[in-house]
Amino acid sequence: MKHLVINIDGQPVAVAARIVSWFLVALLAAAMFSFAFSQLQYGWEWSAIWQYRQKFLQGWLMTVIISAASLVASLVIGLLTALARRSSFLPLRYSALLYVETIRGTPLLVQILILFYVVANAFGVENRYVVGIMTLSLFAGAYLAEMIRSGIESIRDSQLESARAIGLTRMQTYRYIIFPQVVRQLIPPLTGQFASIIKDSSLLSIIAVSEFTLNAQEVNAFTYSTLESYLPLAAGYLLLTLPISLISRTLERRFHFAT
Amino acid sequence: MQLEFCGLSKQFGVHQALRDVTLTVPEFQALAIIGPSGGGKTTLLRLIAGLEIPEKGHLCINSQRLESDEEALLAHRRTIGTVFQAYNLFPHLTALENVVLPLVKVHGLSEREALDTAGALFERFQLGGHAQRRPAELSGGQQQRVAIVRAIAIKPRFLLFDEPTSALDPEMTAEVLDFIVELRGEGRDLIIVTHNMGFAREVSDYCLFVADGEVQDSGHSSELFRNPRNPLLVNFLAKVLRY
Repeated sequence: MKHLVINIDGQPVAVAARIVSWFLVALLAAAMFSFAFSQLQYGWEWSAIWQYRQKFLQGWLMTVIISAASLVASLVIGLLTALARRSSFLPLRYSALLYVETIRGTPLLVQILILFYVVANAFGVENRYVVGIMTLSLFAGAYLAEMIRSGIESIRDSQLESARAIGLTRMQTYRYIIFPQVVRQLIPPLTGQFASIIKDSSLLSIIAVSEFTLNAQEVNAFTYSTLESYLPLAAGYLLLTLPISLISRTLERRFHFAT
Repeated sequence: MQLEFCGLSKQFGVHQALRDVTLTVPEFQALAIIGPSGGGKTTLLRLIAGLEIPEKGHLCINSQRLESDEEALLAHRRTIGTVFQAYNLFPHLTALENVVLPLVKVHGLSEREALDTAGALFERFQLGGHAQRRPAELSGGQQQRVAIVRAIAIKPRFLLFDEPTSALDPEMTAEVLDFIVELRGEGRDLIIVTHNMGFAREVSDYCLFVADGEVQDSGHSSELFRNPRNPLLVNFLAKVLRY
């Protein structure tokens, strides 16, 4: 038992200790879930679900597409907002602040409803996929803006001073000094943000964007096989988020360099 | 080189860093600026470096007036080499890249020319083994030497040092000061703010004593250190030379 206890974080862990620990965790989880499901007295009906496998796959792919598009757009929005937050022109600075605080202070669900039924309607945007991607991008962009801003502000004044002294312009300072360092810092939280976007995209189901969650809900409605619809849904999300989480942790270690 | 201050004033918030400094510094090769902390010597150096804009007055370098608009100051900064107390180098670049960056991006050299120039300087100053290291992998003294190499690589009109050794332990201090003495031996013009009196006396031919936002005394270093007359300077030297 004492081999399963580590004293200091970061000390090397024996392979055997890892295997035994993971085995115990898996055992516990399995015991818990099999108990829960055995109490359920549920008649499993997987064959009905199998017929709709195409629908799951299409929904899953749509989720991937929406998330990827939102990630790219949110990066652009986040970067521009972070720069606006540092602008010397006050109205620009305050609009960025208003945007960031409004988005971060309200639930995504509310944003989706307002953007779709009010804003998109007013501007005549009818494509719900476009609205969906826009909403997710605006949502994630606000969080990214704060990450980018704090990244920029973490660059010491002494570096900006050196940049001035060697004669770099403001633009050059951003390009060669600030951004390369911010990007390194940003990669780990950015991957985390991507995982969040993937999960948050499930909320687009309420405006009938035919993504993974909505398709699973529809299959459930057709087959009345609730658990058989939602368990693959959970697995489908994990299939995307777990690798991202692993990559994020690896990158965090790789980009960690002393300043 | 030669300097002229005309009614130079600089304020930071409520703190008056320099008060109406008017002085002509005759032809010198190495100028030392000494004085107590917070007395205004770093501010004076930063004005010469074009890193600060004076509230009032102006300064002339070799009879050429330094204008206060950002464009003129940027052009000015590009012709001089400035070395700060510490953290001069960019942490994400190797030592070599730190030297190459301004050569390519500011002075328009090709990547090839810049690498040749930088490489030759690294060899000449026994830094060759450190070229590919990041600042965090170098000692404080090595970092400062790389910073000095970066400053001289651009072929500056003159060099400015702002307490280049105050963040270093004695051994590294010696290695950096030796480097500066070597540069002076090459005939380069330099201005140095320092707390190291022995060094100031050794390296400089002219010296300014700055305290309370004013140049309290100035003169040829040999004279000023051997025979200080200004009571503030006498007091200051007695204090710093006590141990």
